[in-house]
Amino acid sequence: MDSTKVTTSESVSKKKGKTKKLKQKIKTDEAPVQEMEQAEIEVTENKSESGACFPPTFSVSEIKNKQRRHAMFLKLKEEKRKAPPKEVPKTIENQRIYDETTVNPEDEEVAFDEGTDEFSAYFNRLTNPKVLITTSDRPRGRTVRFCEQLATMIPHAHVYYRRGLALKRVIPQCISRGFTYLMVINEDRKVPNGLVLCHLPDGPTAHFKVSSVRLRKEMKRRGKDPTEHVPEVILNNFTTRLGHSIGRMFAALFPHDPQFVGRQVATFHNQRDFIFFRFHRYIFKNEKKVGIQELGPRFTLKLRSLQKGTFDSKFGEYEWVHKRHEMDSSRRKFHL
Amino acid sequence: MQHDDVIWDLIGNKSFCSYKVKTKTQQFCRNEYNITGLCNRSSCPLANSQYATVREEKGLCYLYMKVIERAAFPARMWEKVKLDRNYAKALEQIDENLIYWPRFIRHKCKQRLTKITQYLIRIRKLTLKRQRKLVPLSRKVERREKRREEKALIAAQLENAIEKELLDRLKQGTYGDIYNFPIHAFDKAMEKQEEETESEEEEEEDEEESGTREFVAEEEFEESDLSDFEDMNNLKGSSDEEEDAEEQSSEEEETEEELEEEKTKAKSKGKTPLKGPVRKKRAYVEIEYEQETEPAQKSKAT
Repeated sequence: MDSTKVTTSESVSKKKGKTKKLKQKIKTDEAPVQEMEQAEIEVTENKSESGACFPPTFSVSEIKNKQRRHAMFLKLKEEKRKAPPKEVPKTIENQRIYDETTVNPEDEEVAFDEGTDEFSAYFNRLTNPKVLITTSDRPRGRTVRFCEQLATMIPHAHVYYRRGLALKRVIPQCISRGFTYLMVINEDRKVPNGLVLCHLPDGPTAHFKVSSVRLRKEMKRRGKDPTEHVPEVILNNFTTRLGHSIGRMFAALFPHDPQFVGRQVATFHNQRDFIFFRFHRYIFKNEKKVGIQELGPRFTLKLRSLQKGTFDSKFGEYEWVHKRHEMDSSRRKFHL
Repeated sequence: MQHDDVIWDLIGNKSFCSYKVKTKTQQFCRNEYNITGLCNRSSCPLANSQYATVREEKGLCYLYMKVIERAAFPARMWEKVKLDRNYAKALEQIDENLIYWPRFIRHKCKQRLTKITQYLIRIRKLTLKRQRKLVPLSRKVERREKRREEKALIAAQLENAIEKELLDRLKQGTYGDIYNFPIHAFDKAMEKQEEETESEEEEEEDEEESGTREFVAEEEFEESDLSDFEDMNNLKGSSDEEEDAEEQSSEEEETEEELEEEKTKAKSKGKTPLKGPVRKKRAYVEIEYEQETEPAQKSKAT
């Protein structure tokens, strides 16, 4: 009875910790069962109170019970000592605005599309890639050397001098000679600055902006020239539908079966809509370590437009065009 | 009154004319009705009251004529005649219109007509060929793109990404049997087993300390000497199980010590010589199996 009275009064006067404790001290003389009950009630109240905050005048030393005081003290000390949990740093990749067209690996629609698009012939091993590399009119030395180095890197690639020919005339000739890719490197002020990659039978045409071209002799610590072996291909971070199709486009440049004897790898790495191209030779030192040595030219690409069908700038149907005012407004939005 | 000589004196050689453009060797006339484009006494449209030109507008040629009778009416001064598109007919038209005119002007008009038709033909030919479209670059955009590219390159960590990808491919086995690194998984399993046994041994020690007594040998004590002591202990006749347990525990401790010593040696030497001591550890595996029976009982007790 008394205990129940005490509990109700305790529940009412929750704020006064001192009175509670005094009452408890009185009660300690009574049966231990009551104490236990009160202790439990105390515990529950304490729990509920620890969710709320203690009154500011409350300090640990005011708890008369030694064991409880000690426990409270240890708990406070632990809380102080515990560092706040380490936060994950925000990066642009973390904060990237979610793109609805991100490809889910198990997506059936994507798989179906890929089974029937222009590259399906390549991926079903029906065709072998054959690349024609050319430039815009009157190329200067740097561009010419870049074309030659590209040709050594990509197997079955041929460089032809553009004698002022129109691309629309060139394309049917290429098709008749069995080329699968046409690569045109545009030049501005003696420096390559654009790339048009056209998949030939009737495939998409991608126009890229080229920047940071480093020729072989400008590379530090580079290896010997690439051999004739077919390199492996690494495609990183092509997540959206658009990125996926561009990735397939790059993959179809190289023959299917890489010759691992050559230990060469060509990497197309997409980061924030910039595609970095590197060409390395690798060697496995042991199962946990691999050494890579860069040979070959390097450049970065940025997609400007993707057009269905072969090159036709006037009447072509554009799948994707980079529109500066719409697409460059947010720093966290990427399309590839 | 129209005094051509006076006008020429005023604007001609070594005088000022607003249409005149002087270069080192020559003087040009920028007047749009000038027939030759040079600043001459006979080519100046201001200093000749009887004058004719051929001009082109939107692909059509026109003959402009000026006579002295209309000098007072500037709005009607120039008579415009549309010439035929056919070059030969246009020439005849010029002859017809400029009959009785000075030879110089007639000749120059025909020459000008010829030039105009030639460049019109060229324009038409060029439009059929490829046309270069000049796209202006915005400097602000270019700078922004360059900076973003640099940042993206830093964020990409290309070498790490490539190495990771290559190692993943190796693990998946796309390279087949070219590279022989099969010991990798086996080593990992070995290391795991050793860690487990060490922790088990430590538990054993703690549990034994609480109850039983042990006769512990010195660190430099060798196994070979133990065998003699074993026999002696057996002869003495205290409970065999306990003694065996003690002996085994002492053996365990010795083997632990030896293992630890070897491990420290191995660590000091480096990774590659691990193959030697690894094989020695394999010999101890037998002992470890014997130990595994005991911790099972003791773990159940706790």
